[in-house]
Amino acid sequence: MSYKRFIADLHIHTCLSPCAELDMTPRRIIATALKRGVDIIAVSDHNSAENAEIAVRIAEDRGITVLPAMEITSYEEAHVVALFDTIEKIAAFQEVVYKNLPDGANDERLRAYQLVVNEKDEILSFNKRLLFNATLFSLKDLVDAIHSHGGLAVASHIDREFFSVISQFGFIPEGIQFDALEISYNTKRAKADAMFGAYRSSSWITSSDAHHLDDIGRRTTAFFLEEASFEEIARAFKGERRIEWSDGVME
Amino acid sequence: MLKVTDIAGGLGLDIRVSGDMHREAAGCYISDLLSDVMAHGKEGDIWITLQTHPNIVAVAVIKGLSGIIITNGRSPEPDTVRKAESENITILTTNRTTFETAGLLYNMLMAHGS
Repeated sequence: MSYKRFIADLHIHTCLSPCAELDMTPRRIIATALKRGVDIIAVSDHNSAENAEIAVRIAEDRGITVLPAMEITSYEEAHVVALFDTIEKIAAFQEVVYKNLPDGANDERLRAYQLVVNEKDEILSFNKRLLFNATLFSLKDLVDAIHSHGGLAVASHIDREFFSVISQFGFIPEGIQFDALEISYNTKRAKADAMFGAYRSSSWITSSDAHHLDDIGRRTTAFFLEEASFEEIARAFKGERRIEWSDGVME
Repeated sequence: MLKVTDIAGGLGLDIRVSGDMHREAAGCYISDLLSDVMAHGKEGDIWITLQTHPNIVAVAVIKGLSGIIITNGRSPEPDTVRKAESENITILTTNRTTFETAGLLYNMLMAHGS
């Protein structure tokens, strides 16, 4: 079997995330990713996936694969990116996330608009939930919920001093089955190798964690796959396909 | 009635973002989990934390906190400072630990009958 090299950026926020720029519409994200030679992206908003479907739809027949995703906050305030293969699965998962997101309205004084948009960048609605808040899931329950809904769980930016599994727990707790670990764009490969040697048996990726259009593709991971698909990425995370990344942009 | 400016002066805190220093500090809440402060912080509380991320400003705005004290010699991120300036949220810093800061502040608040 021959494998093709695909460049992936599996952590991109849209304008639905309160911390992302308003021009992070799925249409512009996909156009920018295409321009930068990225083959596979995941749109991963905080505790919501309401822009995922439009992103997947815009990407159809454009030579780029979009995985619907979500970055969920556990109650210990560790971030986890959940990747899915279908809109149906992420919609079912979103339902349980919303049930576990404490009530609270996004405060207009913050001017942190949470936009649900269409393929023409028109605003369809403002998400009124307080998406930056933590869910009520423990880390373990969160990872289990991702798996039971058919998703892959990636520990977000484990090198960061806040909102990462390691910043919140001190280490990756035993018995929590992440499918991959993400290193942020801030940390060079050699430093990551030195810092996280204990977790070498896991698959590592790096992503942009883009909040601005300019961030897209500032860090990417190369996957050697039969095709650009969720199933193939799942195989890569299991060690059945090659994954490569270094400090620069993979070309 | 204890004002934020009295606490900054009394504890020798560094003023990183001045905000409204004449606000009354009604009490204090200590937590490094933002969601915990969202759930249990009370309006007017001054908040002691290790967190330096811009989201601390959002929490302070939503909960109506009187200010934020960052301990252990940590510094707010540049984005946090910018957000706090635009939202008029006081950010104070100290080299002391959370324990020491809390102890001193507790005595101060008790002496003022808060």
